[in-house]
Order: sequence, then C-alpha cells, then structure tokens
Amino acid sequence: MLDLRQYNSLGDALRAALETWPDEICLIEADRERENLRLTYRQFKQAALPLARAMQDAGLVSGTRAAILMTNQSKWLISAYAIFFGGGVLVPLDYKLTAAEQIKLLQHSKPEFLVVEYHLWRALTQAEDFGQIQSRIVLVTEVPKGAELAGAKRWEEFVSTQESTFVPRERKEPACIVYSSGTGGRPKGCVLTHENYLEQCRAVAPVFPFLPGARYLSNIPTNHAIDFMGGFVMPFTGGGTVVHLRTLRPEYIREAFTRYNITYMAVVPLILKNLQHGLRERFAGLPPLKRRLLNTLIAANATLTRRRPNLKISRILLKDVHQAFGGGLRALLVGGAFTEPATIKFFYDLGIPIYNGYGATEACTAITLNDLKPPCTETVGRAVQGMEMRTINPNAEGVGQIAVRSKTVMSHYLDDEDMTAQTIVDGWLMTGDLGRIDGAGHLQLVGRMKNMIVTEEGKNIYPEDVETYFERLAVKEFCVFAANYLWPERSMVGEQLILVVHPESGQTITPEVISGIAERNRRLANYKRISGYLVWDRDFPLTASMKIKRVELAEQISKSVERSAVLSL
Amino acid sequence: MRFVAKYEQMSTLQDTTNEVLTLAATHFKVPREQLTQDDDFFKKLGINSLQALDLLTRIEQHFHIELPDYELQGVSDFRTLAERIQSRL
Repeated sequence: MLDLRQYNSLGDALRAALETWPDEICLIEADRERENLRLTYRQFKQAALPLARAMQDAGLVSGTRAAILMTNQSKWLISAYAIFFGGGVLVPLDYKLTAAEQIKLLQHSKPEFLVVEYHLWRALTQAEDFGQIQSRIVLVTEVPKGAELAGAKRWEEFVSTQESTFVPRERKEPACIVYSSGTGGRPKGCVLTHENYLEQCRAVAPVFPFLPGARYLSNIPTNHAIDFMGGFVMPFTGGGTVVHLRTLRPEYIREAFTRYNITYMAVVPLILKNLQHGLRERFAGLPPLKRRLLNTLIAANATLTRRRPNLKISRILLKDVHQAFGGGLRALLVGGAFTEPATIKFFYDLGIPIYNGYGATEACTAITLNDLKPPCTETVGRAVQGMEMRTINPNAEGVGQIAVRSKTVMSHYLDDEDMTAQTIVDGWLMTGDLGRIDGAGHLQLVGRMKNMIVTEEGKNIYPEDVETYFERLAVKEFCVFAANYLWPERSMVGEQLILVVHPESGQTITPEVISGIAERNRRLANYKRISGYLVWDRDFPLTASMKIKRVELAEQISKSVERSAVLSL
Repeated sequence: MRFVAKYEQMSTLQDTTNEVLTLAATHFKVPREQLTQDDDFFKKLGINSLQALDLLTRIEQHFHIELPDYELQGVSDFRTLAERIQSRL
C-alpha cells in the first residue's frame, strides 16, 4: 500500500501505483464466462496515456471537467486515469438514471468531455433534450460497425502517439463532482477534493488492506463513491486487482468468486440478501444428517468467533461454504442502504465477515464502519480513522442529528452556496440522519431529519419526485413524506413513503378518491410507491409563493397524530 | 412483396411478445391472462431489478440468444422487451 500522505492528487498517487507494481495484474474484465481483458499496471498505463494525450490535444487542461457515463468496465478506469493524469475534474454519472435525468446532470455540471458507452449514448441521442448536451468532445466506446454517432468520436480511435504531460494538482483542488441526488429537483453536485479521496483511502485501508494479489469484485456502479474507492482507488494504490463482470446477474457473480478467487466485494443489501437466499436454499437441500452437522459447525464457529472474526478457524470448520466463495474471500462490505442485522449475523456465523457501515457522498463515502471487534450488528460501527462524530442537540435518550468533521468532508455543493451553508456549518457536515452514539463509540441510526428514503438497492427516493405522480388528485391538497421523517423509528429497514391528503371542506374520502390514489401509485416504479395515506383536516402551511412549507407541516403532523393513523392502500 | 415482409415481421414480434408473457407468467407464477404486452413488469409482477435479470436469463435460454444486461436498461414493459429480443433473433 502506498503511503498516501506523500501525494497531492489522485493522478499523482495512481501514477506512482502504475510505476510501483508494473507486472502485477490491475484489471480483469470478463463478460459472463468469457474473459475479455487482463491488464498489468504497465499495460494499463500504456492504454491510458495515449488517450490522455489525445484529450490534452483536444483541450484537457488543469480543472477541465470530463464526465464518464458507463457501466463497470475497464474503459471506465482507463478513462478516469487519463482525466486525472491530465489534471481534469471527473464527473462520474449514474448509468441507471434515465437519459432525461442524465441530461439534467450534464446541464448542471457542464463537462467539456463526455465518455460514454454506445447504448447509453444511443439513449441520450433519442431523448427530447439531447440538444441541451453542451460537451465539446464526446467519446463513445464499443460502437457497432456503421452506427450513427451524432457528432461523437470513437473512444478506441481517440489516441495520440505523442507523449502525454502529467498535470499536477493541489490537495485542496477538486478531483470529482459526484451527484448525491437531485434528478427530480435541485441537483446536489458534491465537489470532492483530492485530499478528500486520499484521506478516505487512508481511513478505510486498515479495515480493507489491499496488497498485490488481493482481488476486488466490482459490483456497485463505479460512479457510486463505494465502488470508486473500493473498485479503483484503494486496490490500485495497494497493488491489488479489480475484476469487472459486465453483468450483475447473481449466477455470474456467484461463479466469479471461485473463478477469480475474490478477496473483497462491496454489495448493496439487496445483493447480500440474494446471496443469503441462495445459501439457504442449498442448506435446505442437504440430507438431514449433513444439515444437522452443518448447523453444529455453524454454532461452533459462531461461539469461537464471537469476539472477532477468525478466518483460519472458519475456513477449517466450514470449508465447503468458504470454497463456494472461492476460498479466498476475506470480507464483504455492505453499504448504500441500511442492512438488517439478521442478514449480517447469518454471514458472520458462517465465518464470512460482513462489514456494514454508514456513509455519505458528502463525506467521500465511509463515516463509520463496523470493525467487528466485537461484531455489533445492531449498529453501523465506529467512526473511521480521522473522523470526528457527534450528535447535535441530543434528546434524553441521546438521539440527535449526526454531524461529522474530517478531511474527507466535501468542499461544497457545485453552484449552490445556500445548500452548502445549510449542510456544512462551522466545518461540521450535517448529515440529516438521526442517531445515538453509545459508550463504545458505535453509532446506531434511528431515523432521518431529511425527507427521503433509501431502498435496499441503495436507491435514494425523494418524496418531491414522487408527488408529481399524484397531480390532479380529487382533494384540496396533498403532500408526500417519508414515514421515518415524521415518526422516527428504531429501524431503517423497509422505509416507507406516505401520502398526506387534505380534503376540501365538507368532502369525505370516498372509495373513488382512494382508487384515484391507488391508480396513480401503480404508475410509479415499485420501489417508489407510497405504502399508505393519512387524512389531514387542516390547511397546509404555505409560503408566499403558495409552496407547501414541508418542515412546518411535518412538525404539525408528527405532534398531532401517531403513525397508526396511516391507512393502508 | 414489401407488404408481406412487413406483415411477417409484425407477426413475429407479436409471437415473441406472447412467448415473453408466457415465460414471465410461468417464472413468477401468475396467471398468463393477467399479463398484457403494455404492462410494466416491475409493477405487475411486483419484482425488483435482480428478479428482472433472472427473467432475462430465462428468456435467453428459451430463445437461444444472449441479452446484455443493458438491454433491460430503461425497459419496463413487455412489448419493448420483446422488441429488444426480436432485434437479436
């Protein structure tokens, strides 16, 4: 692992990594069972620098913004390195958003360069607002023969044989602009500095040490802070290997563990539960005697590892289970959303440590991590190295808003001074999450101060985006809230949205109104649907411009009614 | 001739759509008659993105084709899914 205190920028540190381990494998890319590519650090450099030179010839200079819109693959990382090498600022965009949403973020971030996969580019060109994309140079990967490129260039042909020039950057200068939300409303572009990333890497490295030979299976989209760190910066600065699969199908993920002898993988809770389901089915199919033996071994392992993980013991006791994961798996990191303690315990008892944590893009990924010494599955762990954490105005139970201060806290929100001032107060990042810190420093999350939910797939859902689907509902006014925002619960699993309806004077909520709600609800994607409705008999507090004062309304509701007043649909 | 070719193409797409509907109904154990080509399969079947990828695998086996994950990107109704399959038959 490189000593990252020596470097000023991501480009600087990555450049050193390519020189330090020239003959180690840094990247493996497979498409299902077919291996597409295997690159050493030397070959990675040879692939990236001609692209960097061509980008420099086309105007990439210190501070130039360049967006990447791709699924997890080798060209993502090669392009990112070329951008950092040339001093650029990377804008990683979420390939899972709709083309219209991606265009909105491109309009906001205004990148001069856009690197994009062909199928995503095709979708952008077909979008109504395609003309709003202002990027000067668009590089498209994997273009089929004869395909129309709408003014873009082929990534594979965009190279120069001239020598490229490394452009140094300062620690406090922006490295990336990462969108934490805002596709439906106000874009939140977190401006993260080189220092943020280098310090985050140093904070997490003691828990996930990467050395040559360690292999990370990339699964969470690379635009997400977790994979950008775990599937790029950390393995590269430790001489490790990143494995890309080009598919998220569970059967290929399971196979990859053994084929590539995976050491680490980060997953969202949904994938973890899928792996759990697969294992449970296999256990259920065992003959009764073998099953009893397995249960005994699991119980023995749980007892022997109750204070801390012990891979040696677990791999002996539960050899078959560990072999199914390739035999070299050291840990799974679960993030992006809250994970049920029972799921974490299931894996822990099998001797597969699950490191759950809590983070925010605004804090450059991890704020806390469960160090499993001892495992404490009810919490999201302790603050990572270098992170100060406290609760603001805690109540009698010690519950308050979580605020953090660290070198990993972002510089600001792009072009939004007001939101930055509300979010970073006297150097402390206000997370908007409610929690309690116990005597051992473990954080237990209990709810949110911000009106939103996070699904098991790691999707952030904002009620304001959902509300538009209920337009022209036959009531006086309505508003969508996260139930946990109105009535903070002890759990953040299975978070729900509710619709608050205020009928016209004298109006009763008839079955027609309810079916109107249900019909509109069905038009929403399943993970965005409301779970129930609350009838509210007072006028909503409004601003001078007739917008709902959400915070005030939420206070009125939470003080006057219990959650049990919510009616199911 | 042109008319016949177009008709055949339309007919095949309809066949593919019907087969996709039958596969989805069998795979997720819902009555076939409850599914129509314009249904949003996430909503109608109450499935998540991983389960949708499972359906894609089942479809690949049936049609003997390979469908990259991205073919599901932005697709949520059976008809568009059938069109994506059709273009690879």
